[in-house]
Amino acid sequence: MLMDPVQSLIKGLADKYGRTRESLLPVMQGVVQQEKYLSEYSMVEIAREMDIPASDVYGTATFYSFLETQPAGKFIIRVCKTITCSMKGKNQILFSIQDMLKIKVGETTPDNRFTLLETNCLGWCHKAPAMLINDEVYTDLTPEKIREILSGYIKKSI
Amino acid sequence: MTKNINISINGYPVDVKKGKTILEAAEEQGVRIPTLCYHKDLCVAGNCRVCVVEVVGQKRLSAACATPCEDGMEILTNSLKVRNSRKHIIELLLSEHNADCTKCYRNGNCELQELASEYKIMTQDFLELAPMKSYTIDMFSPSIMKDDSKCIRCQRCVRTCSELQGVNALTVAYKGDKMKIATFFEKPMNDVVCTNCGQCVNHCPTGALVEKNYIEEVWEAISDPTKHVVVQTAPAVRVGLGEELGMKPGERVTGKMAAALKRLGFNSVLDTDFSADLTIVEEGNELLMRLKKALVDKDPDVKLPMATSCSPGWIKYIEHLYPEYLDNLSTCKSPQQMFGALAKTYYAKARNLDPENIVSVSIMPCTAKKFEANRPEMHDSGYRDVDYVLTTRELAILIKQAGLDFEKLAPAKFDRLMGESTGAGVIFGATGGVMEAALRTAYELVTGRDVPFDNLNILPVRGLEGVRKATIKIEKPLKEWSFLDGVELKCAVAHGLVNAKKVMDAVKAGEADFHFIEIMACPGGCLGGGGQPIPTNPEIRKKRTEAIYAEDGDLPLRKSHENPEIQKLYKDFLIEPLGEKSHHLLHTKYTKRKHY
Amino acid sequence: MAYSYQLKRVDFIFKNENNWEKVLSTTIKKKPEDIINELISSELKGRGGAGFPTGLKWKLTSEAKAKNKYVICNADEGEPGTFKDREILSRVPYKVLTAMAVCGHVTGAKEGFIYLRGEYKFLEEELNKAIEEFHYYCKETNLDFKVKIFMGSGAYICGEETALMESMEGRRGEPRNKPPFPTQAGYMDGPTVINNVETLVHTFTIFEYGAKKFYDLGVQYSRGTKLFSVSGDTPKPGIYELELGMSLQDFVYEFGDGDTKAVQVGGASGFLVPRKKFNDTAIGYQGKLVGISLPTGGSMMLFNSSRSMFNVLDNYLEFFREESCGQCTPCRVGCQQLLLGIKAVKRGEKPASYLEKLLRLTETMQYTAKCGLGQSVANSFSSIVENFREEMIY
Repeated sequence: MLMDPVQSLIKGLADKYGRTRESLLPVMQGVVQQEKYLSEYSMVEIAREMDIPASDVYGTATFYSFLETQPAGKFIIRVCKTITCSMKGKNQILFSIQDMLKIKVGETTPDNRFTLLETNCLGWCHKAPAMLINDEVYTDLTPEKIREILSGYIKKSI
Repeated sequence: MTKNINISINGYPVDVKKGKTILEAAEEQGVRIPTLCYHKDLCVAGNCRVCVVEVVGQKRLSAACATPCEDGMEILTNSLKVRNSRKHIIELLLSEHNADCTKCYRNGNCELQELASEYKIMTQDFLELAPMKSYTIDMFSPSIMKDDSKCIRCQRCVRTCSELQGVNALTVAYKGDKMKIATFFEKPMNDVVCTNCGQCVNHCPTGALVEKNYIEEVWEAISDPTKHVVVQTAPAVRVGLGEELGMKPGERVTGKMAAALKRLGFNSVLDTDFSADLTIVEEGNELLMRLKKALVDKDPDVKLPMATSCSPGWIKYIEHLYPEYLDNLSTCKSPQQMFGALAKTYYAKARNLDPENIVSVSIMPCTAKKFEANRPEMHDSGYRDVDYVLTTRELAILIKQAGLDFEKLAPAKFDRLMGESTGAGVIFGATGGVMEAALRTAYELVTGRDVPFDNLNILPVRGLEGVRKATIKIEKPLKEWSFLDGVELKCAVAHGLVNAKKVMDAVKAGEADFHFIEIMACPGGCLGGGGQPIPTNPEIRKKRTEAIYAEDGDLPLRKSHENPEIQKLYKDFLIEPLGEKSHHLLHTKYTKRKHY
Repeated sequence: MAYSYQLKRVDFIFKNENNWEKVLSTTIKKKPEDIINELISSELKGRGGAGFPTGLKWKLTSEAKAKNKYVICNADEGEPGTFKDREILSRVPYKVLTAMAVCGHVTGAKEGFIYLRGEYKFLEEELNKAIEEFHYYCKETNLDFKVKIFMGSGAYICGEETALMESMEGRRGEPRNKPPFPTQAGYMDGPTVINNVETLVHTFTIFEYGAKKFYDLGVQYSRGTKLFSVSGDTPKPGIYELELGMSLQDFVYEFGDGDTKAVQVGGASGFLVPRKKFNDTAIGYQGKLVGISLPTGGSMMLFNSSRSMFNVLDNYLEFFREESCGQCTPCRVGCQQLLLGIKAVKRGEKPASYLEKLLRLTETMQYTAKCGLGQSVANSFSSIVENFREEMIY
């Protein structure tokens, strides 16, 4: 049976992690890792592959902040907005990112490279402000550092 | 052996079985603790926090529904701390709720309203949250309307759709202040696997989930002098209608119901039980034909087991989840739809009416029937076979609006031609009823004798267990049915879609060697349907079941084929069961639907 | 500013872990009851914030009769201002694994999990390497205990023990009804020990040095040491292992920037202590101490006089409003009411007296919420509103 890339990705993940309910989170995480978000199609495929009701897949996915159900760019920027980072200049950091990428919080750049989101305490309060880009963490941020970091990502090929 | 432990409730010492929750123990003592998310049909959730009580010595309050009693517990169900907390909880729920009660369909029968009234919530000090959120109302489904602004997130509907029905059309999505009850990808309910069974409507404490009502349309039709309005009533309605009008569960109100319908202005008051008898004649013959094809002709295409097809919730369920078994369904329409097709052909002709002016209304214990009447193929009469479907609850509203004192009404009879029925027709309302009715007729067709059960009561198919099985041995059949001699007819009955899944999975695995299965989407069968009075719980279902079988026992005729009006119908119109006219008007096709 | 001797720094946790194999092999030879008694006599309490006696937890689980038992390391560190568990897992992971294995020996569990929050995914690779080495050692010594990492996906509430187990079972992280407690029926219905990362590392200290060494530090009801995550307006942000029982005043002398207005002890779920109460407050668990004592996960956030307490409370309530699982009424609706309430008071849409109504609401949340999140909102709300009322209004 010919499968499209999403179907074969999900089948591979289900083969690796199992097809019981306990394996749902790792499978969804695997899909998000590659596809950046869980589309309606991928959720139906997960439901089919793992014999879980589609509504349950949706309900579980929407619970977790890192399992995006809206289309997201290749690099997801998550800026911490909890108290210490907020005190140490999170807003300035947001402004620099918004200035450079020309998108607001919640939006994705037209070339689908960056999505800008806010998130809660990342656990780097002693080096605030902090942010994640995908799984990489960046701390002690300043507007200059932002320019440096983002330039590096802009140069990366998609 | 469960031992007893000692606790005290509000100072009164009491012995309870170990393992009982505080809520259960209090109920035994006649102390009612208010609840919202708790329901006898469902597992304990413990999320509304309305049932909190104080356990002396503990700082935090405990949820009575979720906390088991422990030896020595001193429980206070109405201390000041409890009252103040409960008041706050209700105020919080109201702040999140569209509390415009006068404009709500559940005004007068809403559990949140009752709580607010009990605790005399006369002011709202908290901020109103509902107006700040942009809620939409989902009105796309022909059966069910979903209004998120009234949802108190008790999750009863989700648990019902999941545990009780196994359909999983509803889920809890998001978290925090965005948490809500949703369908897959928040699609309209008619766009997901919702079977329209309406059990969610029946379990919703507020007006968040209600049936789509057609009250105004029916009044308009009745008031239109050019229209001849025909009404049919399902068997289960006559054992449930009383509850909406101040009577106790399990009261049989058949006569009063017919009288009320006449007073409401319906031109012809007829009975779905008539077409239930018709369904049995057609379906019984269909089963025998399939058996002949399988056992004599050895036809490889004939599908067994044959499954009943009168429950539209079950039909939609199998169309979504087991589409490969659609050919196992009987091609017979449901009694409602058979009636609808005949009303605008046979009945119209006999009464000299222009079918163009007939409005066909049905009173059903069911919300899925609204969906069924809407199915595109249900136009075999040349017009829409059933124009409007009202639930038992909607009929009660009509009766109240007309100012009728229901209990005082003198009983009346149904009108002629399509109003006569037998006991086999009325038992359609209970789980196992269709099976029993079909066996009463089929057995006699094959052997010429009554079914070998006392008083025609086939007890093995009765009861409220999820899946029941029965075997009837056919002995000494008539000559033309000699191929069935010695055959053990294996039957299965299931109610509640979660049990339908058990049966279908067994069929799929090849472990089910049944010939005939009856499946009802709703727990208890139609008497527990999504359109029946709220509340519906195990005790109430039991009472309605007793009433249905009592109706059956009291009727003079107990077998469908003995119904004189049915005999007349065949003589004058249909000619023979499964004949050409029957196939055109009384049989149907099904549609494959997507699984997710 | 004199440094007080009560602020004693210790260095057990991050001391090198190269002797982990020896500690593991010696401890495994002891009988489970002996290990449990050791932990009980050390009076070690959970370091995640709830403070349940660890020895008792291991005892209850070992006594439970069931085929499958589990050990879970709760690394879903999400409390604002806390970052110690991350350091532990990157610097001394073998101590955590050893402790889990000993727990398996004591309780009869053969499987261990580390629930690692999604925000710490960058630790996964190194941690898996450590686990691989650990498994190799187990194989060599015939120790039947396997550890797996389970990744979270961004939900603070999954730090609550039953919500964590729901998440591991593939569902939404909604806390369960208790009873049953995890020690009776936890992950997949099996008796489960679920301990914070730091708690496990302290058990390692106890296994290495004996209960007495641990017990001799700290004060009554608050024995031993704790890792404190210090951040905010401080010249010395970072992680410090300190004896429990110190006075907050001494802490501020050591870590403040000279202008400390208030300290948030225990994260957003903890208490805000204003300057005037520093002397009366000791850092530890419930018990008779000098003045008030506070339960704590160890997050210490310092605010100087330039900070608006309104903004601080606003930030916490925004956090809770988003991170609440949403199932129970008092928390889901309560958090929204509190946040919008203080905003309304600040804008003048509601009178100052409305704050009293909100304070009573937090009391109800404390008594009726289903889990620790809803129950703890009252802590920061009441401590901030009561001590900084003017900042809420003007």
